[in-house]
Amino acid sequence: MAKELIKGNEAVIKGALLAGCEAYFGYPITPASEIAHAAAKYFPLAGKVFLQAESEIASIQMCYGAAGSGVRVMTASSGPGISLKLEGISYAAGSELPIVIVDIMRGGPGLGNIAPSQADYNQVVKGGGHGNYKVIVLAPNSAQEMCDFTMLAFELADKYRNPVFVLTDGFNGQMMEPVEFPEPKPINVDKTSWAAMGTAETRKNLINSIYLDPNEMEEHNKHLQEKYARMEREEVRFEEYKLEDAEIIGISFGTVSRVMYSAVDQAREKGIKVGMLRPITLFPFPKVKIRKLAEKGAIKAFVVSEMSNGQMVDDVRLAVEGRKPVKFYSRMGGVVPTVAELVEQFENAGK
Amino acid sequence: MAQVKDVLQKPSSFYDRFFRKPDRYQEDTHYCPGCGHGVLHKLIAEAIDDFGIRDRTIMISPVGCSVFVYYYFDTGNFQVAHGRAPAVATGIKRTHPDAIVISYQGDGDLAAIGGNNILQAANRGENITVFFVNNAIYGMTGGQMAPTTLIGQKTMTSPYGRKAEWEGYPMKVSELLSTLEAPAYIERVALTDGKNLMKARKAVRKAIQTQIDGKGFSLVEVLSACPSGWRMTPVDAKKWVDEVMTKTFPPGVYKDVSNEREVGSWARHLEKVPVEKYHEILGLTGTAMEVEGDMNEVPENFRNPRVLIAGFGGQGILLLGQTLAEAGMRHGWNSTWIPSYGPEMRGGTANCHVKISETPIGSPVVSEPNILITMNQPSLERFEKSLVPGGLLIYNTSMIDTKPQRSDIDILPIPATEMADEIGSLRVANMVIVGAILEKTKILQKDIVLDSLNTVVKHKKFIPMNTQAIEKGIEYVRNFKQ
Repeated sequence: MAKELIKGNEAVIKGALLAGCEAYFGYPITPASEIAHAAAKYFPLAGKVFLQAESEIASIQMCYGAAGSGVRVMTASSGPGISLKLEGISYAAGSELPIVIVDIMRGGPGLGNIAPSQADYNQVVKGGGHGNYKVIVLAPNSAQEMCDFTMLAFELADKYRNPVFVLTDGFNGQMMEPVEFPEPKPINVDKTSWAAMGTAETRKNLINSIYLDPNEMEEHNKHLQEKYARMEREEVRFEEYKLEDAEIIGISFGTVSRVMYSAVDQAREKGIKVGMLRPITLFPFPKVKIRKLAEKGAIKAFVVSEMSNGQMVDDVRLAVEGRKPVKFYSRMGGVVPTVAELVEQFENAGK
Repeated sequence: MAQVKDVLQKPSSFYDRFFRKPDRYQEDTHYCPGCGHGVLHKLIAEAIDDFGIRDRTIMISPVGCSVFVYYYFDTGNFQVAHGRAPAVATGIKRTHPDAIVISYQGDGDLAAIGGNNILQAANRGENITVFFVNNAIYGMTGGQMAPTTLIGQKTMTSPYGRKAEWEGYPMKVSELLSTLEAPAYIERVALTDGKNLMKARKAVRKAIQTQIDGKGFSLVEVLSACPSGWRMTPVDAKKWVDEVMTKTFPPGVYKDVSNEREVGSWARHLEKVPVEKYHEILGLTGTAMEVEGDMNEVPENFRNPRVLIAGFGGQGILLLGQTLAEAGMRHGWNSTWIPSYGPEMRGGTANCHVKISETPIGSPVVSEPNILITMNQPSLERFEKSLVPGGLLIYNTSMIDTKPQRSDIDILPIPATEMADEIGSLRVANMVIVGAILEKTKILQKDIVLDSLNTVVKHKKFIPMNTQAIEKGIEYVRNFKQ
């Protein structure tokens, strides 16, 4: 299969179609709009639904309708749009609906700017909407992973009947890279036991998040928490880079992790024993792996870098539990840390 | 006797026992005495029975007193967020054109928090049926003012009576939506005496039939008593609907083009496309020319190039970069392209960063280029300093008056815009540069770059001109004397 040089945003849609996505409902926003453009271009040709919604709020609710009636469905946006979608995401989590949501993060708060950012971590990973819910969050750092993780997101969404996020920054959406696209994946998921599809077989089914009785609501919450615990057991994904003999552990995701590969290499040329752990799932977070690293005697410190005020670093600190120092290097507002800046952080952490 | 039995019997589209109702009274609804919801439910259920569409029907319960519509209807059921029923209905119907999707909403839900959702669903002509219960108040939350509350009407949040100067006028949904072109059928009815009930029954049926026929959006606004919210007896409440509400909300047909539409004309069935065709649809079947590149054959200072390309928007800066990245990929190397974007976009310059490398590429950002292309004056001024010592600067002398300051770099001046003009289009100045890079750096093979144009140039008719520009750039460098 020939590779295609393609923007991450466009790779999302090609992957989605190959994963059996039946419908896309979205609203334009920079730097995510190419996702909608690609869906508008390809979905009708493949007999799938593309519809531009009147708002972010409506688009996630259209997803609620499509997911509840049993089809694979997705939407995409950037921070300001995700803020609006949180209402629907909470309902979808409560009603246990599989929806794939792509967030191409930009600078904030407020209107902010359209430059790359990672400041949606808390609102996406921590369940920015109301109620005790969690979503699986996949964090690609290349155009290839934009395709692969979108496809994986559909599988996980169906496996757990839960919304799944693909969370990345504007750089990764806008960047072109070679991508190898797989063959279309056959879907073997039977949703007739719960989805309301407008058929005799599914007539008994109800898509619902109301449990008036507090005891029943608690039972439902317990069921959800068990599901999230299962995700933590079965779905933790991460990448290790030169960790074997590392004394300093860099931790980052998305575009920062790409800068960090280079920084690790350069720091090693200077004799600093540094490696990187890249969380691929932000929820479930690789906390066990990080705790084991923190317990290793050889490890001196962790260096976390994010294009935010420090959001994922909280999860790292919870995993490290004070065993080792956790340093944090922040760039905000659309500024990407440079290789030289991260090398300096590694140097300082080793002192 | 048969008639009496018919009247008393539950429609089969209702559950025999309301088993989802969490109390002991599973024979009765949760509605207050004199409330119109129960009556409307029955009219809808009877229509579903009579049309034989129970299995296909999906009812949408809103937020409001009718939040528990799903207690009663033996159909597929959704309970949804406040005001969002038309959007959810859209998602169901677009992906299931054969389902009969019924959105059941109150006035706070539909006309206040969901105002835009109903407006837009109506305007798209969604092939759904909406039953809109207007009782001029928020019933469930305890009798607050609704968009439909009448002037002077006292509620918990308009205790001195609604004033137009403060809260505006009652929202006339049927009138408003009937100004749109897409809806097929909109009628307002009142659930009061027998005659009006018959009108309501007819309207309910027509609205569902319109959807079955695939003729598009239909909405029935139902004026309905809320004795509890209005603090009235059921008898007085019904009288108030008839004598007071209908003055502000006159019943009648507000729009009906259902007879003018073809059956199925708004049904929106999509063609089934076999998955075997997806790769073709996605343009993944092309046969691109490729070679096995060898970075060792590239002159040392240009190996694993980090290219920064800058100029005015419209000079084809992004395409120049894409051509290099595409060709780099086709040599079997890793390549990245990232456009000027965010804080980089200022001062009238567009730029892009290209990396081509035999090893995996970390950061796609080029902060220290070994090849710098500047197509205009501001770009040269801004980026000259960033070039690494020994790097290559190519600058467009057609647009740049000053000479570069650096003496520790390799400099190639080229009148790219003038050369492009000679070919016949200023727009191919970017490809003149591609030719110059080809000849000067020997990173990329010419036949691969020319074949790459088939991918990166959108309109095929421009390929010959782009090819000519590349040839011209190559020729220029061959003849160039320092």
